Amino acid sequence: MLHGTTQKRGWGFWAQLAFTLLVCGFLILPALLSMLAGVTVNFFQGLSSGLTLKWVFQVFELYSDTLLLTLGVALGCLGVTLLIGVPAAYVLTVRQSWLTRLIEEVVTLPVAIPGLAIALALLLTYGGFGEFRRSWGFILVGHVLYTLPFMLRAVMAVLASIDIRTLEEGAASLGAGFWTRFFTVVLPNARSGILAGSLMVVTLSIGEFNLTWMLHTPLTKTLPVGLADSYASMRLEVGSAFTLVFFVMIVPLLVAMQTLSRLERRARSARPLADDRAQAPAVKATAVETVR
Amino acid sequence: MSRDLSRQLVLLLPLAILVGAFFLLPIGRLILVGAGGDAGAAAYAAVLTTPRYFESFLNTILLSAGVTVVTLAISTAAGLFLQRNVFPGRDLLIALMTFPLAFPGVVVGFMVIMLAGRQGVIGSVTDALFDEKLVFAYSMAGLFMGYVYFSIPRVILTVMAAIEKLDPALEEAARSLGAGPWTVLRDVVLPGLKPAFLASGAVCFATAMGAFGTAFTLATDIDVLPMTIYTEFVLYANFATAAALSIVLGAITWLVLALSRSLAGTTVAAAG
Repeated sequence: MLHGTTQKRGWGFWAQLAFTLLVCGFLILPALLSMLAGVTVNFFQGLSSGLTLKWVFQVFELYSDTLLLTLGVALGCLGVTLLIGVPAAYVLTVRQSWLTRLIEEVVTLPVAIPGLAIALALLLTYGGFGEFRRSWGFILVGHVLYTLPFMLRAVMAVLASIDIRTLEEGAASLGAGFWTRFFTVVLPNARSGILAGSLMVVTLSIGEFNLTWMLHTPLTKTLPVGLADSYASMRLEVGSAFTLVFFVMIVPLLVAMQTLSRLERRARSARPLADDRAQAPAVKATAVETVR
Repeated sequence: MSRDLSRQLVLLLPLAILVGAFFLLPIGRLILVGAGGDAGAAAYAAVLTTPRYFESFLNTILLSAGVTVVTLAISTAAGLFLQRNVFPGRDLLIALMTFPLAFPGVVVGFMVIMLAGRQGVIGSVTDALFDEKLVFAYSMAGLFMGYVYFSIPRVILTVMAAIEKLDPALEEAARSLGAGPWTVLRDVVLPGLKPAFLASGAVCFATAMGAFGTAFTLATDIDVLPMTIYTEFVLYANFATAAALSIVLGAITWLVLALSRSLAGTTVAAAG
């Protein structure tokens, strides 16, 4: 019954297909509906009321500042996690000791602790620094803490899978110094992990709400904060149109992530003898879990 | 290459400064604030001793446990089918099912409103069928639905990866010994998936415990712990209690994840 491929497709196959489609409908239907509601004149009356883009325009009018800030924070977050995370991931991979494992554990903690707790900790510690508190840098700090583990993991997974130490030893025996090796051996070899990590960081930053809701000020609102605001105080069509805008922003990122992991999976099956650790690190990165 | 040590330390230093200043120091402060209220260190026991907090704590645990069980069951049923059958549109189906992975909690809350709200699908269907509009988005059932909604995409990937790694020879052997499909499922497949259940179940439970956005959007009167913390902090400016409760919550989610990792081995790298 579980092997529909080798047997004739019996009722079991169709029953399971129906169940899977039902689950898929549960996940996708509300998203489709909200996209539709965002371009419907009056959702309560239904499609017969006609299609319109006025809600989308209204969203841009009301919330364009949140869109800009979200992109700014996401790019800033990407920059910081690249500059800090990638070199650290390299060191944590080549130096395996109790200390590096401890560092890795501590850096990964913000994934395991609810964002609310981290936000409270930041507020209680730095809330008194008015200038900093009011700037978007305050939100950036939260986002960096939350996304850094994902960059680290993605890069570390790739570096571990290709045995970077041996590669480096080869380069060193040919006379390459530390920085030459770092820039011409380590970074180019880590690029699939850097790419996967970057996509993850930007996607997570754009959608981050738990931390941001606590850290934002009336002048520093990001997209999800605006979303919560529109759900609470605008008509359903406006909230839906805003959700539509959000989907348009993250869907290309998600598609890129899935394409990347598919490519890696294909590359892996083309190299059947490759080390098992080499299994699609980008898949791991996308499957990495978040406590939100 | 030990002579590289100093340069490697230079590369590690920015991370250490960032995490020290913006994570370790604030968390230390949070712990102190939690113990610095009128109740002192006893604030950490308040989650058990104060009825209001205990009720919210119990709600959260029961909700998270229920969501974990239901999500594991749904994901295993759908995951087995998707991993073991080749049919047109399969890849699209998998992509669609993992798509909500990137939704923030607020959006998930809105999805629940779309399904079970006053203008939702479920209401319209029941209205057409039974002349009665079923609206439950703002109740415990709505919250439950939202949590299952954001948990399925997280769990199904891990479960499918584990199904892929199962040794088909074991199932062949069971079948050749005369076991029916349900027996094979119960005695071979499900036990083989136990590590994946532990790992993804822990992630699911911890995520549900800490989830905030969904409950926030649905703005229910159901007190889950993150909402209680939020109310204490923002409405009552009760910093000590909010700090103590969030330390307790963070300790629980971290402990659940750490425990599952040590039980399930290192494979959890894929899960949390």
